[in-house]
Amino acid sequence: MLGWEFPPYIRGGLGTACFGLTEALSRRGVEIIFVLPHIKGEIVSSHVEIRMASQVEKSLHFAHLNSYPVWRGHTFTGEYGGDILSEVEAYGRAAGLIAEKERFDLIHAHDWMTVYGGLAARGKTGRPYIYHVHSLEFDRSGDNVNRDIFEIEKLGLLQADHIISVSNYTKEMTVRRYGISPEKITVVHNAVSHKEGTEKYRVQKRSGEKVVLFLGRITFQKGPDYFVEAARKVIGQVPDVTFVMAGTGDMMPRMVERVASLGLGRHFRFTGFLKGEEVERMYAISDLYVMPSVSEPFGITPLEAMLYDVPVIISRQSGVSEIIHHALKVDFWNVEELAHLIISVLRHPALAWEMTERSRDELRNIHWERAADRVIGVYNSLSQRKD
Amino acid sequence: MPAVCFYFQVHQPLRHRPFTVFDIGKGLSYEDEDMNRKILEKVAQKCYLPANKIMKELIDQYEGRFRISFSFSGVILEQLARYCPEVLASFRALVQTGAVELLGETYYHSLASLFSLQEFHAQVEKHREAMEKNFQFTPCVFRNTELIFSNSLAAEVEKMGYRAMLAEGADRLLGWRSPNYLYVPRGCKNLRVLLRNYRLSDDIAFRFCDRGWSEYPLTADKFARWVHKAGLDAHVINLFMDYETFGEHQWADTGIFEFLRVLPEKILAQKEFSFLTPSQAVEAYEAVGEIDAPEPLSWADVERDLTAWVGNHLQNDAIRALYDLERLVKERGDEDLLETWRKLQTSDYFYYMCTKWFADGDVHKYFNPYPSPYEAYINYMNIIDDFTRRVKEEKGDGRL
Repeated sequence: MLGWEFPPYIRGGLGTACFGLTEALSRRGVEIIFVLPHIKGEIVSSHVEIRMASQVEKSLHFAHLNSYPVWRGHTFTGEYGGDILSEVEAYGRAAGLIAEKERFDLIHAHDWMTVYGGLAARGKTGRPYIYHVHSLEFDRSGDNVNRDIFEIEKLGLLQADHIISVSNYTKEMTVRRYGISPEKITVVHNAVSHKEGTEKYRVQKRSGEKVVLFLGRITFQKGPDYFVEAARKVIGQVPDVTFVMAGTGDMMPRMVERVASLGLGRHFRFTGFLKGEEVERMYAISDLYVMPSVSEPFGITPLEAMLYDVPVIISRQSGVSEIIHHALKVDFWNVEELAHLIISVLRHPALAWEMTERSRDELRNIHWERAADRVIGVYNSLSQRKD
Repeated sequence: MPAVCFYFQVHQPLRHRPFTVFDIGKGLSYEDEDMNRKILEKVAQKCYLPANKIMKELIDQYEGRFRISFSFSGVILEQLARYCPEVLASFRALVQTGAVELLGETYYHSLASLFSLQEFHAQVEKHREAMEKNFQFTPCVFRNTELIFSNSLAAEVEKMGYRAMLAEGADRLLGWRSPNYLYVPRGCKNLRVLLRNYRLSDDIAFRFCDRGWSEYPLTADKFARWVHKAGLDAHVINLFMDYETFGEHQWADTGIFEFLRVLPEKILAQKEFSFLTPSQAVEAYEAVGEIDAPEPLSWADVERDLTAWVGNHLQNDAIRALYDLERLVKERGDEDLLETWRKLQTSDYFYYMCTKWFADGDVHKYFNPYPSPYEAYINYMNIIDDFTRRVKEEKGDGRL
């Protein structure tokens, strides 16, 4: 399996999804070698064998130093910024080399960063290559796509033996924007890992204070600006409400400025990037979770919020809205409607009560084992085709 | 001499306009006139007009041997008078044949029997007046909203002078006994209960177009055979359903109208069979035993209880908010306010808030104009909020 993130070193939903899925797959008896670009610390994981592209490249670099003086090894960061295209290419070479040494039946590769890796591994071994789509350039950037990334995605999607997409929403976009045949795509919805013991995070708030949470990267894709504009309409109507924006991203400075210029600073908190226990604590004190994404292939965070009995409002432009029913849904651009729904949840305790109680039942059926079974179905169909 | 008793419910709620928190206190009306007109015109074309035409032909053809009964909510009579007077005229023509019985119910198709007996009496009285005015007919058989029934309610209905009441032939009410007889509710003396034969009724109302059903397609011949078989142990086989079954729930292309057209002939083919209206059935037969309903039951869902309208947090909250206003509204003595408050009692509004089975996308979704029960609740509560301000004569200051 080829990926870019793995807990505890994660930047977003991709790492969370890779962890949940691999854990469930291994419980089903699938053995996984997981190739990452680089990690600074150590990953304690019992269910996958971790390989790092940076290690392979380093050995390659030293071994061939004399015979290929022009060849310069890549210094892996495992991040998304910087010269990611070079990193993606270097990762591809390394993945090919790793593939030569390892024994495996299938190549399961996540998102565009691993396209070269997937193709290299297939080139060396002839094993089928599955492209698992967690997000597309059109989700991340709207119509201002990075052509290089788009071309890599298109190459991978066209070349792959099969495609797994995290939602019908993403499947449809893959077909429409990349011209891929729908028969080649299987939808496997993401899930959420159920943990015990949310009780210990009962945190005291000011009596009567209501907390509305946005948690995610503060980037175009996540619709932070719609959150702020809706908050502006809510603040006039509901007393003692606090809007928390947890996360970082390129739109954060603009959001802070906008909030300040509207004079709403008293009602806003920017927490920066949260992880682990901080995230759990944040969910636990929230009265409402809002995910106003412009284009969300899936969106695991609403499921996490639901685990903490937090009612959620999600944009209809999301994959997760295909599988949850006891949430309020809104078109991301409809700020008036979003504000209306936020006010409604804050004003009527019965609404939150009913939504969270019903969500508890619904969450019982949203687990990674279900996703893993569908993935194994894809594995089986591909190995049969080879036989 | 077994009989078949047909009763059809005719009702359409007044759909509300989208009402956001920002609309509160602006003096807007609550109903979506445009939508109500369109829905009514559609249902009239698909169901009421063609079905009435067939009913009229059948009644004329069988010269009194084919009989049916209707229950109209006051809410639909008002809408018919306003948007589709020709439909109202065709119903009047049916009643004038003398082969049609009209039943009593609450004017607003409400749940008042559960939350305010005073309201219940007032609405039943208003409905009776509407039946007399529109059809020159005084109902002597009662059917409560969604066949909601209990011992105490039956006692109340008996006190009001009705001779019979309809109820669901639920298994938990009957046990081993058959729904095809008259019963006396526990605690009543003169009141009789006609129990819906839910198997045969739902064969028409729900399963008729179900291609996955082992008996599909249902022909009039086959259905008549089942009725005749049931007649071996029966006084009166009660087939109760929404009138919209014909042409609206089951579309014309399913063959439902052809089914209806030939069914009387097939049933009457066995000479001892007849069609009776509820009050005729009460004349013709004695009660065979007592039924006991300490808890209310209804004709909805598999549970046959009240949970389609009452029970979840949304419904309880909305109903409490509504009935808490009763005293204030009545103290104001303003007819317009009282009428508006009563219109808000129509049971459909609470049905839209039902979260049971919501995820499965079943029949509740089909009848729900809102994308989810939550939106239904939010819209309703905003209207209640607006209405509360009107009752309390509060001036909006732009804040909630």
